[in-house]
Amino acid sequence: MHIHRRDLLKASVAGLAGLAGGVLALPRLAVAESAGAIKIGTICDLSGPLQPFGTQKLQCIQLAVEQINAAGGLLGKKVEVVSYDAQSNNQLFAQYAQQLALKDRVVVAHAGLQSSSREVIRPIFRRSNTLYFYNTPYEGGVCDGNAFCTGTTPGQLLANLLPFMIEKFGKKIYVLAADYNFGQLSEKWTRKIAQEHGAEVVASEFFPLDVNQFGPTIGKIQQAKPSFIVNTFVGPAHASFYGQWAGAGMKQDIPIASQTFGEGGEHLRMPAEISDGIYVCYNYFEELDAPANKAFLDAFRAKFGTDYGYISDLGMSEYVGVRLWAEGVKKAGSVDRAKVVSALESGIGMDAPGGRVVVEPKTHHCIFDMHIAQIKDRKFGILQSFKQVPPTNPGGVCDLVKNPNTNQQFEPKI
Amino acid sequence: MDFAAIVLIQVLYAIASLALISVGLAIIFGMMKVINFAHGEFLMLGGYAVILPVQAGVNLWIAMLIIAPLAVGLFGMIVERVIIRPLYGRVIETVLATWGLSLFLIGAASEIFGYFQEGTSPPLGSIAIGAYREGVYTFFVIFIAAAVMAGVYLFLKRTRFGLVALGTMQNPDMAAALGVDTGKVYALTFGLGAALTGLAGAVLAPISGVVPIIGITYIAKAFITVICGGAMALSGTAAASVLFGTVNQVVTFLSTPIIGEVALLVAAIILLRLLPAGITGRFFRSGL
Repeated sequence: MHIHRRDLLKASVAGLAGLAGGVLALPRLAVAESAGAIKIGTICDLSGPLQPFGTQKLQCIQLAVEQINAAGGLLGKKVEVVSYDAQSNNQLFAQYAQQLALKDRVVVAHAGLQSSSREVIRPIFRRSNTLYFYNTPYEGGVCDGNAFCTGTTPGQLLANLLPFMIEKFGKKIYVLAADYNFGQLSEKWTRKIAQEHGAEVVASEFFPLDVNQFGPTIGKIQQAKPSFIVNTFVGPAHASFYGQWAGAGMKQDIPIASQTFGEGGEHLRMPAEISDGIYVCYNYFEELDAPANKAFLDAFRAKFGTDYGYISDLGMSEYVGVRLWAEGVKKAGSVDRAKVVSALESGIGMDAPGGRVVVEPKTHHCIFDMHIAQIKDRKFGILQSFKQVPPTNPGGVCDLVKNPNTNQQFEPKI
Repeated sequence: MDFAAIVLIQVLYAIASLALISVGLAIIFGMMKVINFAHGEFLMLGGYAVILPVQAGVNLWIAMLIIAPLAVGLFGMIVERVIIRPLYGRVIETVLATWGLSLFLIGAASEIFGYFQEGTSPPLGSIAIGAYREGVYTFFVIFIAAAVMAGVYLFLKRTRFGLVALGTMQNPDMAAALGVDTGKVYALTFGLGAALTGLAGAVLAPISGVVPIIGITYIAKAFITVICGGAMALSGTAAASVLFGTVNQVVTFLSTPIIGEVALLVAAIILLRLLPAGITGRFFRSGL
């Protein structure tokens, strides 16, 4: 049979059109629940300089989901985690946030480590109406109807650590901070809280995240003769400060209060002489002596064997974030965003391994027990505890119950 | 008064660390005219070549002064044979190839070592300078930098191999006509540059720790120093290190480390504008 080229072309076009039409006519699969599972999304830094901080976050999320599924799942369905590695790169955070929101259609996203990454993805999740949990201690002030923050804020951390240090050591403070929004706003909080307690910040220095030589800084600190140092350093480059400080023989002379030290388990990977004596204030330590904590640590070690570092408030915040969200879903009886937000705003709480955690409805932040500790021999020794400290609300302005459409980060006014 | 002493010591330290990270590149780029974009990663390998043996129990000084240079030097010779030699004279291809090597090394180190950085404190303790304290290791770095510069000078000027290497770099055809195995000279010279870079990475490792991306922090400064140094590899690097180290550190003391870096870059731009052939295009021409 003789096949004409034109006939072949016409036949192919018709066939393809029919095929395409058939495919498009298929009923759209509900993407958010494949085979009846509830999908939650997470973006963590599993490689790159932030690897020690991101790895524990994903592990805690996985443990929380495993425990939820073991107890029967949520609304009769299993919970599934869609996880992306942002490789310590904010561009990838943006890319994966879009993917979670638009391609994977997750019902909630637990994502973000650095405050810079949070401010990249928070608007993305808001635009796509994906409920967003930011589970990392930060500089406070986020007031976003679509977001919940389960990390500590300066009103809980600095507001307790600084008066402790001022009373113990004196009124002259030298601030060393990372040079991005977290460090800069935390420094403002330090100045504000110092002022409120009659102390003074004699100097503040900011360092980009890749600075690892602190010789001149150590000289300038010695010249200023402060009572103590407040240190808001982030990442491995900054962690070399402590070794250089000890190497210059300064450990006995001027104490250090750190807002971030130990969160990546750095103290386990350096000689004890370097980390001994540093003061911190977090809402969770592995060393906390409570039955709930022991049960958590046993479960964690059973799941991850020896393949884990120190679990700090970075990982614990993710665990608490996922569990609180699950409580919200149970109370709302649905994964629908508006219903879960209302349920969370009704004042949900849980008994976390570090103490009782309660969601504060007005700010979408959490009320925690806080503990001041000092490092000795690579272990945190708890010095003082504060029960149920409310989160920062700069100027008392944020009220998401009254104004649910607020979308701003408020800063302290000095 | 004491503070002035601290500033002076820190300035000398800045000059020393700049010279250390640049001298290997000065030999590879200044003498051999090979653009090695993996230079920062050689520093990183030098750092790992001291931290890993120390974790396994080897003495710190042996690891730093013997193992690290040898290991990175050997690696450099392999790189020269496999990547650089087929591309001699082809500048763009060498840039691409060494940049690819740099990305590969960073990726491999990220996979193998990860970012769980071991914290270290510089050894040798501290001493009091008036009312201030300074680490003794700072003086060690200054001493090592001076020793390396002197050693390279003596090696190139006084030994037979140094003479042969200088001649081969100047005029390879003539050297080959006189019976020199130019391939072996290239390999050994590249290996020497790599070994010096490994030593620099090892010496700086106890101060700032080692992560896979630490090379990125150093590579820009190393290239700026070598290029602004000019044609004479050794005296150029020394002169440029003195100038930039001083500018960087003095401005850092007056303001912040960021402004110090900016000052270094501004100084480099002004220098190249005034002396396009680098410092030794005009001064110190009788050097090495």
